[in-house]
Amino acid sequence: MTATPAGGTKPAVEIDGVSVRFGEFLAVRDVRVEIAAGTFFSFLGPSGCGKTTLLRAISGFVEPSAGEIRIGGKPMTGLGPNKRPTALVFQNLALFPLMTVAENIAFALEMRGVGRAARRRRADELLELIALPGQGDRMCHELSGGQRQRVAIARALAAEPQVLLLDEPLSALDLKLRQHMRSELRAIQRRVGITFIYITHDQGEALTMSDQVAVMRDGGIEQVAAGKTLYDSPASAFVASFVGENNLFRGRVSAVADGRATVATDVGPLRAACPAGSSLRDGDAAFVFVRPEALRLATDDTAGMDNVLSATETAREFEGRFWHVFLEVGESRQRATAAQVHGGVAPAEPGRQLRVGFMAEQAVALPAGPLAAE
Amino acid sequence: MPTSWLRALLARYGAGVGACVLALAGFWILLLILLPQLAMVDFSFRHNLPPAAQGGPQDVYTLEHYAYLVYGSGQEGGFNTVDLLVFGRTLLAALLVTVADLAICYPIAYLLAQSAHGGWARLMVLALVVPFWVNEILRAFAFRILFGASGVLNDALLGLGLVAEPVDFIRTDVALYGGLAYAFVLLMVFPLYNALESLDRSQVEAARDMGASVFATHRRVVIPFAKPGISAGCTMVFMLSAGALAAPQILGGPSSLWFTQLVYQWFNTGNNWPRGAAYAIVLLLSTLLLVLLAMRLFKVRLAQLGR
Repeated sequence: MTATPAGGTKPAVEIDGVSVRFGEFLAVRDVRVEIAAGTFFSFLGPSGCGKTTLLRAISGFVEPSAGEIRIGGKPMTGLGPNKRPTALVFQNLALFPLMTVAENIAFALEMRGVGRAARRRRADELLELIALPGQGDRMCHELSGGQRQRVAIARALAAEPQVLLLDEPLSALDLKLRQHMRSELRAIQRRVGITFIYITHDQGEALTMSDQVAVMRDGGIEQVAAGKTLYDSPASAFVASFVGENNLFRGRVSAVADGRATVATDVGPLRAACPAGSSLRDGDAAFVFVRPEALRLATDDTAGMDNVLSATETAREFEGRFWHVFLEVGESRQRATAAQVHGGVAPAEPGRQLRVGFMAEQAVALPAGPLAAE
Repeated sequence: MPTSWLRALLARYGAGVGACVLALAGFWILLLILLPQLAMVDFSFRHNLPPAAQGGPQDVYTLEHYAYLVYGSGQEGGFNTVDLLVFGRTLLAALLVTVADLAICYPIAYLLAQSAHGGWARLMVLALVVPFWVNEILRAFAFRILFGASGVLNDALLGLGLVAEPVDFIRTDVALYGGLAYAFVLLMVFPLYNALESLDRSQVEAARDMGASVFATHRRVVIPFAKPGISAGCTMVFMLSAGALAAPQILGGPSSLWFTQLVYQWFNTGNNWPRGAAYAIVLLLSTLLLVLLAMRLFKVRLAQLGR
């Protein structure tokens, strides 16, 4: 599970077999990841998956029970957070309430004994970078949520870290601001060019901002890949069920050939692609995942589809850009969801009989395994 | 609007209960605090007359008692060095006790507020509170036993061979400062704890992450945050140790007097209430002035103390 470098050449951060144990509880188990220099890297997982603990281990607040973390090739074992070339943007920002914006930003420089005038100059430069020029003398509580967010990032950048660590810093913002801050963060990362490591449980954030995403479950890494790869070719049932919406059909493999598996499910045999290096064999318990947008309804042309099923529409919900169409598929009446682009399709009356089809390439067959909790 | 809080009070509790609360608070402030103090102020400006002459033609206002504190009986023409020295030493010693209490209690309060959890925190609080179930005089005598010439501490020092003969902790006032510092530990710990408890732990971590040493983290982040609590604690400890009587009586050395002991002497053995009142008022006003001065110096507003 090694990340391929996207931007830089040598890895900025190497996490080499790191485990973190709290008493009986193994919060992080044997994580191995290399994070390329100058990239935006995200750890994505549900709450309690160990991603925050891993971040705290990188920043030095938690010492790994096993394994080693290297930053810029140097082992970090035994170095405290104040001695590491990392800076952390806290989930609650942790700005110092009794200091001005400029004092907050220049705090790391003050700790290094940089003179007052030089500190002020650097703070003003960073305020420029985060598009808050001339706000240095204000108090943090006078700023809006998004502005405070950017001040926290500037404060971390002032430490001139090799690696900037961000612990779900957008989770406290409202939806519109969160979306705006995503592109803002990405832009800041491109401008400063250092490695960003981002922790989130929000797949939208991870997919839109990151060069590479590591999906975590129960303290371990499930898959490291670019966002598009995670979505199109999930490596495990957990990733398939956690990243994006997916329809799941459970069954058993009846045939494997040419990178395709045929899986006998309750709704009949389904043909689906096997990811490269798949271990699926005849008779294995398998899950077939199909994205809602891959399902074609009978109003479209289902001729030539690899899989065609009969279905009953039970309800539909208007999302804006598209409709969620809720279906019961096959004789076992298994629930499924299709997404239909909103284009003047008149809502049908519930109970309508349909044919549903999808191509084998748009479905993926994976070994049965744990799923993301709903 | 000065009446808005009044209206809110009446609206909340109704006219009957509201009036009762107001009457009680008024009774408390006026009758139990303000009037006795004003009576003392009045006393301090009168001659010490026998009861028969009180209210007579001789009973006029005078500054004689305040002058006595400064100039003494006036026969030598110099200053009342004995009393003034006691006065200065009392304030200085109270300041010392305050600083010592702050130094002892800050780490305790920080640990209690930031690190201790559940059972440990409760145990620590209990360990702090339980000694104060024992009354003040008993505690002072216990300290005498601890610090006495044949006390526990001297026995231990002698037994370990660290000293050749008993150290006189009483004469050197070590016992007194120790006893006073101990007596007001709680008054320092709880305001500090109260302030530090609301400090977000991630602030401390952020400072560490930005490269701050432990010392710098406290200097720049924790102490400024806890300043209202520090001021509240220091104010109480300073005022109360400057005004303490039992501990100096019991633990003070034979040659060292506490200013409150002078006040007590004028009231009691000296049978000169006006002079005692004048001394007490000088003590009250000067400690108050010092506190206000210190608050201005450290940029703390009076309203913050109530937090």
